[in-house]
Amino acid sequence: MRLELPYGKNALENMRAGDEVIISGRMYVGRDQVHKRLVTCLDNPPFPFEGNAVYYMGPSPAPDGYVTGAAGPTTSARMDPYSPLLLEAGLRVMIGKGPRSAAVQEACIRFHGVYLYTYGGCGALYASCIKSSRIIAYRELGPEALLELEVEDFPSICLYDAHGGRLI
Amino acid sequence: MLRDRIEKELMKAVRILPPDCEALIRKAYEREENVYARKVLSHIIENIRIAGEGRLPLCQDCGMFYCYVTLAENCRIPLSVLENEINLGCAGAAQKAFYRRSVVDDPVYDRNNTGTNLPVIINWERGRGDETEIAFLLKGFGSENCSSVRMIRPTDGEDGVVSAVLDMVRAAGGKPCPPMFLGVGVGGTMDKAAILSKKALIRKADEHNKDERYMRLEERLLSEVNGLGIGAGGLGGNNTCLSVAIETYPTHIAGLPVALSVNCWVDRKAFISIRDEEVL
Repeated sequence: MRLELPYGKNALENMRAGDEVIISGRMYVGRDQVHKRLVTCLDNPPFPFEGNAVYYMGPSPAPDGYVTGAAGPTTSARMDPYSPLLLEAGLRVMIGKGPRSAAVQEACIRFHGVYLYTYGGCGALYASCIKSSRIIAYRELGPEALLELEVEDFPSICLYDAHGGRLI
Repeated sequence: MLRDRIEKELMKAVRILPPDCEALIRKAYEREENVYARKVLSHIIENIRIAGEGRLPLCQDCGMFYCYVTLAENCRIPLSVLENEINLGCAGAAQKAFYRRSVVDDPVYDRNNTGTNLPVIINWERGRGDETEIAFLLKGFGSENCSSVRMIRPTDGEDGVVSAVLDMVRAAGGKPCPPMFLGVGVGGTMDKAAILSKKALIRKADEHNKDERYMRLEERLLSEVNGLGIGAGGLGGNNTCLSVAIETYPTHIAGLPVALSVNCWVDRKAFISIRDEEVL
């Protein structure tokens, strides 16, 4: 199935664990340090959680003529302590690699969140799906800054769906 | 100059896998039957193509420079000169090949990015040959976070080693970007075993331990790890691991250290040899 971001009402309801999900549109990028900061400003986050997706990634620098450097997912498990709080605050789409904790799975069920698996190590492939990239907050974090991306035909697989279904 | 050669090899290593590693990935794709694991492996092969044809690294985590130097018996180059050449070669590659800057100065408090990907972690060993061998790993941390050491009982033997390794791999699950490459260090002290596990990981993927018992243990571990069913990307199937290498060292009567270094499928390495001060 295709997922347009930001997603509209009911867009996540038809998604089932095991579906191949091809993403286009706008997504936000944050990993360890961004999550540590987001949970301190849940009332006033740097981007609205509702309707948007967070991709766990920290790119390499863009060579001349490229929009971004390599841009594959990082290990989602490191965000596990923070994700339930973000889900409670309205985030429903998380994108990364690897399994999640029981607490994240439970939070997905409770708040109707989905977790999309992206292909680990495929930094060059994901870079080729990114049409624009800009820093919107925390520039001082360098490769870990909070980014806004425009993506096209960005491949993923639904691991946890909004109805409690799981692929692994 | 040695630094130029190191720079050149590391500029290539971040984009192009060693041929032995790529061959193992393609073989895994051919024999994989799980539909999700096949998707993972086909995207990996596409990623290898894109990185090979352009200027992008294979993975945004370009790793921490890990260097293992085996000195020739008659090596006359001072270690300070070798160290300086290694540092300059690594810094040059990071700059020119668009490595992500992933190294921070202080681990707990400051965590300020060094901006250069230095320092390089260097291990020195005195060898017996007439060539000094400088081997590099670009050690990504999604996989390194899954590396670990177990101190098992001296009486635990081969089954104990297997069970310790399986435990550590099970705990890693899909986190280190499988199919993975495993280096196992057995013996010495806790820290020696850990270094041996890196030395094992650096060995070429198609080279086996010269002691037949350990060669068979490498095969047993490969087969049992693949039996865990973690699979490519952690999505199932038979390709959890592509290669297991073991290195050993004498140890104490009271102990049997077992260390595991985990590498993701992006098994980036570079090798440079020097003989009589000439870079080969």
